[in-house]
Amino acid sequence: MRSLSVFLIGIIAVPSAVLGADEKIDIQALRQEIRELRQRTEQLERKLQSIEAAPPAQPSTLTTNAPPPTVSTPATSSAAEPAQLSKPWSPANPITLRAGSAYMNIGFDALVDAGSSTAPEPGNYLQLGGHDPFQRGFSMPNTELSLDGAVDPYFTAFANFVLQLDKNNQTSIEAEEVYFKTTALPWNIQLKGGQYLANFGRQNSQHPHQWAFVDQPLILTRVFGPDGLRSIGGDLSWLPPTPFFTEFTLGILNGNGEQGFLFRNPGEYVAAAGANYFRGRPTVAGDLRNAGDLLFVPRFATSFDVTDNQTLLAGLSAALGPNNTGQDSRTEVYGADLYWKWKSPAAEKGFPFVAFQTEGLYSRFEAGADPLGYPAENLYDYGFYSQVLWGFHPRWVAALRGEWVDGNRGLDDANDVFRGERTRISPNLTWYPTEFSKIRLQYNFDHGELFGEDHSVWLQFEFQLGAHAAHKF
Amino acid sequence: MKFTSSVILAGLVLAFPLVSHGKLNVIATTGDFGAIAREVGGDEVKVTVLARPTEDPHFVDAKPSFLVQMSHADLLIEGGAELEAAWLSPLIDGSRNPKIQRGAPGHFMANEGVQILEVPTALDRSQGDIHAAGNPHYLTDPVNAQIIARNIAKKLCELDPRACQKFEKNEQSFNARIDAKLKEWDQKLAPYKGQHIASYHNSWPYFAKRFGFVLDLFLEPRPGIPPTPAHLAEVIAAMQQEHVKVILCEPFLNRRTAEKVAADTGATVIDSSQFPGGIKGVKDDYISLIDHLVNAVAAAMSKP
Repeated sequence: MRSLSVFLIGIIAVPSAVLGADEKIDIQALRQEIRELRQRTEQLERKLQSIEAAPPAQPSTLTTNAPPPTVSTPATSSAAEPAQLSKPWSPANPITLRAGSAYMNIGFDALVDAGSSTAPEPGNYLQLGGHDPFQRGFSMPNTELSLDGAVDPYFTAFANFVLQLDKNNQTSIEAEEVYFKTTALPWNIQLKGGQYLANFGRQNSQHPHQWAFVDQPLILTRVFGPDGLRSIGGDLSWLPPTPFFTEFTLGILNGNGEQGFLFRNPGEYVAAAGANYFRGRPTVAGDLRNAGDLLFVPRFATSFDVTDNQTLLAGLSAALGPNNTGQDSRTEVYGADLYWKWKSPAAEKGFPFVAFQTEGLYSRFEAGADPLGYPAENLYDYGFYSQVLWGFHPRWVAALRGEWVDGNRGLDDANDVFRGERTRISPNLTWYPTEFSKIRLQYNFDHGELFGEDHSVWLQFEFQLGAHAAHKF
Repeated sequence: MKFTSSVILAGLVLAFPLVSHGKLNVIATTGDFGAIAREVGGDEVKVTVLARPTEDPHFVDAKPSFLVQMSHADLLIEGGAELEAAWLSPLIDGSRNPKIQRGAPGHFMANEGVQILEVPTALDRSQGDIHAAGNPHYLTDPVNAQIIARNIAKKLCELDPRACQKFEKNEQSFNARIDAKLKEWDQKLAPYKGQHIASYHNSWPYFAKRFGFVLDLFLEPRPGIPPTPAHLAEVIAAMQQEHVKVILCEPFLNRRTAEKVAADTGATVIDSSQFPGGIKGVKDDYISLIDHLVNAVAAAMSKP
């Protein structure tokens, strides 16, 4: 077949030398046709090879409605492969990494930060978030491997494994989120169980690569700690049959460990005292005594489409549970959040858009009495952040965030970088070459009661491989 | 606890009027599926379309209001082939509606039974945003619309056997109208068979294949990657060489870029949408949309 096309080219090439300009156009057309013929021949050869190599045809469950053959010209661009019939998924299909035909989607996402700050060691007091850029030069604050898919007709599941490089360039790994969700419960009820980021407010349950800024809002770090509020437990949520969106969720979680920051957090070991301390108090061993020692996270959310192009989503959340600084010390956190988005009715890749997001949190922490040190006291922390994102051109987003946190004065404040008044203003600019990568430049102006003023500039690069998880609103 | 149980009770009471209705509640992700579901379902179904006809179907916001609509849907029509990959899964998940979960009887994958073009043999994102399952814009071929109408009728019969005859009748009438129209469309475009056409995004291979055009020039250098001046220069040169007269451009793409290329090549930018209702002044049913496209392409092709 190939020699035939070579022969054809030969026939045409020879006389072309003696033709005039008018005929040249025809020749070009012929050449094009031959090119296409050759492509087609190659396709057919490939197809033939694959048919010969394939095992005997299997009975097909496909519809017999295949379109009649048409006078079609050979396929278009690079993807000049013979068309395939798409098949319904069946459990007998092998695992592949192709979305739509796989048991699970596998995705990998990495963030690399570079930058500097007037703070010599920004990780010590300025950038306290667990996925913030934490040092001058480069940092890799988050890489994650995520798996998700349907378990069976009744459950879906998700797992996210985080690998991070710390200050000494040592790698830490954690099972950040591992949970299942039901899909087949009646009455609009859903159950979620496992280890996951608590459904509190808007940003707490988002992963770092979904954030609009390189760092975690101050108030979230202050109230939920560097890693956000995350624990093992279960969520029961209900979508009432109202004409607009309302959702009630009740999370019941262990609330222990560092990720239960203001709750059953064992704190840090202080060698001199031979005990673990948190907020200046020795912590009590934290096993559950009864159901009242669990962490309860109720949330109510509602949403309206203000117009066809504008959507509003608002929520109220709380987190209520014991803390480890005393036998009966408890912590209460309350939050309100609001998200508004406008998107053009003729949006290209989702641009242009404007989005506004704000969250306010208030916490009350009953610090227990230390017989050898501080007496009992109530510590209050409160603050908010507000941010506006403007997707002004496809792939480009400009954003501005303002934040403020404060609290009452505590006895141990001088030793606690998580307390004291702070303000931060952060403008940034993000370019998304595709939805699988981004480059973000951010400036932070910081003012803190404990440290004065600081200026930082961070550049963030993100890349994703494999399946790209769909976005919630 | 008393409060909680009274809230739950109130919710259940509220639930009843919404649960008991005669018509099947059909949700279509995009307007093309919605339009066909309307044709086939007639007055036995209530069709809700999620994406707006003028927006990029790959980048739709998963609005919470969609969750509410999906929570009491009887049938969800998904285009598949990764058309809605960026936004549909959290909605299905959050709808808490067992009827429309993937694999459940109330979930319809429209791409099943359609011959999908451009299925890549190697998945490599350096080639741009290529869909692993092939090109998902298959409804621009009216023959595929006929297949999907038949499959939707089958699905609706399954869900509401009582109204099956109606669905079958509607489907046959719709497909007969397409059959008649196909002759007319073929006739109108026959003189231009084999000619090259250009498009901004690679959304039109099925349309091109059906009517015998060669669609091999795209303003985007790779799917989803915006045009660059260097690439546009190449496209313009190729268009001039091939005497390309048509640039297909959807409402959410950069019309100005397309117009610039058109001005340099003498081609016509055609308001083209895959979704009924996506073009101003064109009726929002499937046949009117294809009619508009065929007429506009024929008109542009007939220009000297």
